[in-house]
Amino acid sequence: MNELFYDAAPNATRVAPARPAPREYPEKPAEVTLFGTCVVDLFFPEAGLDAIRLLEREGIRVHFPQAQSCCGQPAWTSGYVKEARDVARSQLNVLDNGLPVVVPSGSCAGMFRQHYRDVFAEEPATLKRVDDLAARTFELTEFLLHVCKVEWRDLGQPTQIALHTSCSARREMNTHLHARELLAKLDKVERLDHDHESECCGFGGTFSVRMPEVSGAMVLDKTRALRESGAVEMVTADGGCLLNINGSLEKQKQAFRGRHLASFLWQRISGEGEP
Amino acid sequence: MNQRIPVTELTSSFRGRATEALADGQLRNNFRVAMDSLMQKRADAFPDEQEREGLRELGNHIKARALSRLPDLLEQLEAKLTENGVHVHWAETTEEANRIVHAIIESKQGSQVVKGKSMVSEEMEMNDYLADRDIECLESDMGEYIVQLDGEKPSHIIMPAIHKNRRQVSQLFHSKLGVEATEDVNELIQIGRRTLRKKFLEADVGVSGVNFAIAETGTLLLVENEGNGRMSTTVPPVHVAVTGIEKVVGNLRDVVPLLSLLTRSALGQPITTYVNMISGPRKADELDGPEEVHLVLLDNGRSGAFADAQLRQTLNCIRCGACMNHCPVYTRVGGHTYGEVYPGPIGKIVTPHMVGLDHVPDHPSASSLCGACGEVCPVKIPIPELLQRLRQENVKSPDEPAVVQGGGAKYSWKERALWRMWMALNTRPTLYKCFLWAATRLGKLTPKNLGPWTENHTAPVPAPRSLHDLAKAHLNAGQNRGEQP
Ligand code: SF4
Repeated sequence: MNELFYDAAPNATRVAPARPAPREYPEKPAEVTLFGTCVVDLFFPEAGLDAIRLLEREGIRVHFPQAQSCCGQPAWTSGYVKEARDVARSQLNVLDNGLPVVVPSGSCAGMFRQHYRDVFAEEPATLKRVDDLAARTFELTEFLLHVCKVEWRDLGQPTQIALHTSCSARREMNTHLHARELLAKLDKVERLDHDHESECCGFGGTFSVRMPEVSGAMVLDKTRALRESGAVEMVTADGGCLLNINGSLEKQKQAFRGRHLASFLWQRISGEGEP
Repeated sequence: MNQRIPVTELTSSFRGRATEALADGQLRNNFRVAMDSLMQKRADAFPDEQEREGLRELGNHIKARALSRLPDLLEQLEAKLTENGVHVHWAETTEEANRIVHAIIESKQGSQVVKGKSMVSEEMEMNDYLADRDIECLESDMGEYIVQLDGEKPSHIIMPAIHKNRRQVSQLFHSKLGVEATEDVNELIQIGRRTLRKKFLEADVGVSGVNFAIAETGTLLLVENEGNGRMSTTVPPVHVAVTGIEKVVGNLRDVVPLLSLLTRSALGQPITTYVNMISGPRKADELDGPEEVHLVLLDNGRSGAFADAQLRQTLNCIRCGACMNHCPVYTRVGGHTYGEVYPGPIGKIVTPHMVGLDHVPDHPSASSLCGACGEVCPVKIPIPELLQRLRQENVKSPDEPAVVQGGGAKYSWKERALWRMWMALNTRPTLYKCFLWAATRLGKLTPKNLGPWTENHTAPVPAPRSLHDLAKAHLNAGQNRGEQP
């Protein structure tokens, strides 16, 4: 194989963002900033609060800058560069305090880590700040697992769940691996596989609005696979997918539901809400 | 068969066609089953992840390096092929390419052509062009033959008839060829073969595509599984190959990894049954082969893509089809929904260069950007990134310069105004918090019907209090602040 690598020198063209290389993790910090994300902010605020509780339980002081809003992804993926850049810039300013940034949503964390470089490609002066933010950004499950190195006691009843990971998060942040490992620490939780597990749920931000028919077919297949896994509920660390999947399940009048992973984890280890 | 083949009438927009395709349960099932098996085959063909990733990296470098020297390599190819006795022609448009092919056939007073599978000839709509001039062009690849019989276009670049199942093919043969209906695949193949065999011997000209054109040696390389490509390129006295200008690579060593990537990504094969390397017409002491070989090099928008460093990566494509096999959108709607020659993820990024974004304005949006295509592409084309870029080009206002022809096709001042408002909201903290306040308090009043979205979902209802609120209250109360409970 190696002799095939003769003189194929790397070139200037960019290649597809590969799966993120294994990351070096810092010591557990005393303080972090939580970036809530707009979907969690508006639709799943309890999950954001549970993320704060999980971090506080590790002895970390959590800051929540009130000036934060959205990472800019919706406009960026829709092709509105200037609008995305202005929103991204305002987050850069808000998050400029040098603290690690923990994000309870893989795709928004991926936006900071992988895409802000492209968003600010025409502003070389800003790239230093972009790289600094990228280095400080952690997806929640990644942070709990690798930085906090959590050790938990599972206080819940035995249960079976299915894990859903958003496509971009899985490819950009390895959230599927982190979430699996975290769940494996809970000895009464069994994670069941489902059919076409790594296939998209059909959300894709504005895709689901622009192509509702195709997106609808995708979410129907996804919800069926999740239900057929035999799990009692679905957990996910991504707000967008959760909105999509739960909205579809509700329309289908199914009892099966998805829940944010932060809420699930908090319930298991705090014993809150357990009978 | 001698009259013009009608192309299936299609609803005009991607969305319209998608809706029709989604309603066709048989079609959805055919695709799902076929694509699942292809995904499995590819996975099995690359058991070692490290080897696969190394090979993809290499494939990317080889193609990118070839593209960086594209004009030089093309000149070298032309010089070498000419030296080998092959006639080289250049065509900027498909019209020009068709004229060239037609002129060659006419100069031989030909009236019958057999064609091996070639996507570029589909791009040229060569069959129709020739049919209009009373030349019969018969597809010799079994899949192509099936779609030609049914007056359709291919729905996949590797397996043109993948949308049909055995029963449908049997019915088609029964009604078009008058043979007895049978669902035995071998029998069906034999029926097709018998019809085609005769045609090979009668044909005046054989047409083929090219998988790789090798500049250093002047070699045209073709892969195929059925042997029909070999027949089309050796039995008729004249062979005309048509290809896009991006298929040129430096030397034979470059081809080895690319070939391995191509066949393994496409059908999970270590190599195809036939690998034809054509370096010129029959020599004086040879028993077979065509007396004349032509190569038509087609641009058709490719040099436009070449001009932009990011979009240039679309030219890396080696047409393996893996991106469509793994695409959740393609799997649901099938190839015809795209309404163009190249379907699926690759179609969405190359078609705009060929026909203009204004002809396929929905293409860039017809993706959830899930990334499956980019993850499997053997030459590492960042398809999602390019789709995102095309979306930018799509919504550019008319007074900005268009980078891709037909750019700005989806410009809408209303949509831009909406995003402006969204921007204002998300860059002004006070405004954003007012919005949160209103949305959470009035959440119950949000409309229950949000158009097509609510066909498959209930409308999302904002929570009674935002995270901004909850976090502030929680953190101000100082609960658990930094202490282990
Ligand atoms: S874009 Fe990549 S995966 Fe798709 S056909 Fe081309 S080479 Fe194959």
